Formats: sequence, structure tokens, C-alpha cells
Amino acid sequence: MEHIPILRMGSFLLITVQVDMHDRLALQLQDDLTERIVQHGSHGVLIDISALEVVDSFIGRMLGNIASMSRVLDAQTVVVGMRPAVAITLVELGMSLPGIRTALTVERGMEILRGDVENSMQELEAEEPERAADGSSEV
Amino acid sequence: MEVLKSDSLPIRTSEDMVSVRTSVRKFATELRFGIVDQTKIVTAASEIARNTLDYGRGGDLRMEALSNGTKRGLRLIFTDRGPGIRDIERALTDGFTSGNGMGLGLGGTRRLMDEFEIASKVNEGTTVTITKWSR
Ligand SMILES: Nc1ncnc2c1ncn2[C@@H]1O[C@H](COP(=O)(O)OP(=O)(O)OP(=O)(O)O)[C@@H](O)[C@H]1O
Ligand SMILES: [Mg+2]
Repeated sequence: MEHIPILRMGSFLLITVQVDMHDRLALQLQDDLTERIVQHGSHGVLIDISALEVVDSFIGRMLGNIASMSRVLDAQTVVVGMRPAVAITLVELGMSLPGIRTALTVERGMEILRGDVENSMQELEAEEPERAADGSSEV
Repeated sequence: MEVLKSDSLPIRTSEDMVSVRTSVRKFATELRFGIVDQTKIVTAASEIARNTLDYGRGGDLRMEALSNGTKRGLRLIFTDRGPGIRDIERALTDGFTSGNGMGLGLGGTRRLMDEFEIASKVNEGTTVTITKWSR
């Protein structure tokens, strides 16, 4: 069975889509990803689509599904590297990828994810001052 | 109008969707469409091929490279012998889907291409013809 590789980088997962995915491969990726988020307790997912020459409504919907499923599992998704021609086409198609955060580069995407993790840590500290104060909380 | 080159492809499985995108891209590149137009054409082809597969129970694509004297064009004709479309106006409306899509395929494709035609007969099938001309 073919799979799109999922790399683990600390508390994040990185997926680089390098082929024109046929349907089963795309659906397999959704399954694999949710499994890995749970397995590693990942807080962020970065999907690099810079190699994708086409994003149709099927792939757009898949990206949306991944973002929603990740959110439920307490992970943020950022889609990075969308080609300008793909962005123009998606808008004209009528798909604005609602609920999906995007960034131009992997580096910028990582920054967004790190920011998210820091923000949620701060919220946690604000809610639980005692636990944060004794320095025993795991990062 | 002259047909410079043509080719046909089956649309029966989800793997065929990948060949459709690859072959349409090849035609568009050969006709020297710019990268944005290439992307629009391949995306439109992917949308209509998906409908042919999902709603038309499979069918065929005919690709034609055209010349009308001043412009080059790419025409894509998708045919199926599926259930047909009862209400074409409604099917073209953004957001209308009889499946679990987003109802963007037909309306979006019409925006992405220069020409868009749909002929459908209930219980006989559907033919969608889309064309893009060089600028
Ligand atoms: N070849 C076809 N045969 C029969 N019905 C069709 C065919 N193509 C489209 N339709 C009908 O037209 C509707 C609208 O199609 P459209 O591609 O716009 O949206 P969708 O396929 O439902 O969703 P999306 O394309 O956003 O995934 C479909 O839901 C279907 O009912
Ligand atoms: Mg469709």
C-alpha cells in the first residue's frame, strides 16, 4: 500500500505532498495523519503543497477535512507553499479554503505553529497558575 | 476551425483521473498556454472528469487542439451514459450538490474556461464541452 510520508519534528508533523494524489492516496493520508497526531500527541500539522500543480475541489476538501479533524484532536494545521497559479484558480473556482491557515513558506508556517503552541501554553498557565508555578509541567 | 491534434482517454477509475490531468496538461503545454491558464484548464478538467466518474458512472474524454486562424484553443469533451441531469440550471448553481460535494465543479469550471456547454438527457447521459483560447 502506497503512503504519503509523514515526518515528525518535535511536537509537529510535516507532510510534503510530492505527487498528483489519486483518491485512495489522499484518503489514506487523512487516516494516517489522524493516527499519528494521536500517537505522538502532536500540536501542529504542516502540509507543504509547493509541488502540487493542481488543487481541485476534491483535494481542497481533503485539506479542509484534515484541518477539521486535526482541530478536534487539538492540533493546528497550516498549509504552506501554494503556487500562485493554484491560488488564482482556487479563488475563481469558488473555493477559498475556509478554516485553513496558509503560509508562503515552511519556515513561516513553523512560526505560526510555534506561536499557536506558545499562546495555548500561556492560556494554560493563566488557567492553572499553581501547576505552571512549580515548573513541573511538561512541554 | 482546424483540429491540429486529438486524443481520447477513458474515465473509469480514480487512477484515470490522474491520467486525465497529466494528458490535459501535456496538450495545454504544447499549445503554449501560460502557467495560470494551464492550471485553470487542468483544474476544470479534473472537476468535470470527477463528475463523469461519480455521477455519470464513468465515460470518456476527447481532447482537441484547435486553431481558428488567429488563436490556438484546447477543447475538452466529456461524455457519459449515466443518469443525465434533470435540471441543468440548478446543477450549475454554486452550492448545489446531489452528492456530498460542495457544488462548485460545474459553476467553477464555467468561470475557469472561455466556453462551456452542457447537453444532458435523463436516462441517456451527459456531455460537457469546455474550451479555452490562447490570448
Ligand atoms: N455527468 C453528470 N451526470 C449526472 N449528474 C451530474 C453530472 N455532472 C454533474 N451532475 C449533477 O450536478 C450536480 C452539481 O455538480 P458540481 O460538479 O457543480 O457539484 P458536485 O460535484 O456535487 O460538488 P463538487 O464538484 O464541488 O465536489 C451534481 O451534484 C450532480 O447532481
Ligand atoms: Mg463536481
